[in-house]
Amino acid sequence: MSKYLLNKFLFTVDRDPELVERYREDPRELVTWWESTVANSLLNCHSGEASTWLEFTPAERDALIERDHVRLFEMGAHPFLTLTLFIAVFERDNTEPLEYQKAYGAALSGFSLPYPDIAT
Amino acid sequence: MASIVAVIASTHHPFYYRASTSTGADRPPFADEWTRKILAFRETLTRANPDVLVMVGSDHFHQLWLDNMPQFLVGKAPVYDANWYNEEREFGLPRMTLKGQEDLSSHILRAGLDEGFDLAFSNELRIDHSITCPIITLRPEADLPIVPIYTNIFAPPLPRPTRFVDLGVAIRKIIEEWPSHLRVAVIGTGHLSLELGGPRQFGPHGPDPAFDERAVAWIANGDLDGCLREVTLDSLHAPGNATHGFMDFMLMMGVAGAGAKADYVDTFDLFHTMEAYFTWYPNGAPA
Repeated sequence: MSKYLLNKFLFTVDRDPELVERYREDPRELVTWWESTVANSLLNCHSGEASTWLEFTPAERDALIERDHVRLFEMGAHPFLTLTLFIAVFERDNTEPLEYQKAYGAALSGFSLPYPDIAT
Repeated sequence: MASIVAVIASTHHPFYYRASTSTGADRPPFADEWTRKILAFRETLTRANPDVLVMVGSDHFHQLWLDNMPQFLVGKAPVYDANWYNEEREFGLPRMTLKGQEDLSSHILRAGLDEGFDLAFSNELRIDHSITCPIITLRPEADLPIVPIYTNIFAPPLPRPTRFVDLGVAIRKIIEEWPSHLRVAVIGTGHLSLELGGPRQFGPHGPDPAFDERAVAWIANGDLDGCLREVTLDSLHAPGNATHGFMDFMLMMGVAGAGAKADYVDTFDLFHTMEAYFTWYPNGAPA
């Protein structure tokens, strides 16, 4: 399991308006593309250098494709990163204030303290 | 030597800008009261008449990332651009530009290292809402040079609470030893109980009002001993999964000094958090 890579996905997509839209419109395409092109890139580093070993487990890949924030929480993805990206993807569908945000929390109601470890 | 004319601690709610600038049907019912409280809080800084602001906050995975995560970082740049695309997107925050005070940055870095803190530095730091929110609330003119100091309250492993207090004590000493005639205000923002991305988020109040009540009392009374008896890295999960930001309040208690009662205290209970505002005047309240 790579909590770091999950977080790297959430971090890099959240900061890029184009990637946010691609994740909203076709999550399978975006996750597949991201893993093959971005996952091993060294952020803030000149091109030509990359890591060689980062990849999602099947469960992680599925959770991202299914945009399943409950499973991501369970896996220990950083909750702030998941929340802020998923708000970007889904908040625009709200019909009343904080509708998505409250539903997001309610979907996690099965969790009690201690929450899954988010240390990477 | 420089003088610390105010020490200020507050929460940094990113919705304040949108709430306070909204009009008509878009203006939330709590906006007027929130604005009144902020204007009173702002006056506590204005009266101190500072020349420079040392600003403690926490990057929210904007510029600082898990490939090179510092625990404590001091900005040393002539200019700081501020706020990020996803903060415009979610909170409507404006892009901002703030002047730096590089001489004080250099002094804090040198003296901080000599005091035993392995401070990271950045010559190009784009700052986010943990530092721009107190600019918006306390100094909307954004006309004073700043020294930003970022702490890691976000990416485990975190420094322990005592380390934050100790850094605050050191920052106080370091600023007061700065060979300058300038008047310095130290402003830090943190959280009381807070949950983000978890089952207790966005409730009608903060996730743990009982913790908030104790926390406000610790800060208002400068009760560092009482606070450190109860607060540990492990215990801070209980009041909410983002409550480790309380350690930035503890850092500011270190700046203010053990036993120093705040000269100004106010709170505001919002829909998912308790806002809290504190000001100390180390040299006495200005006339």
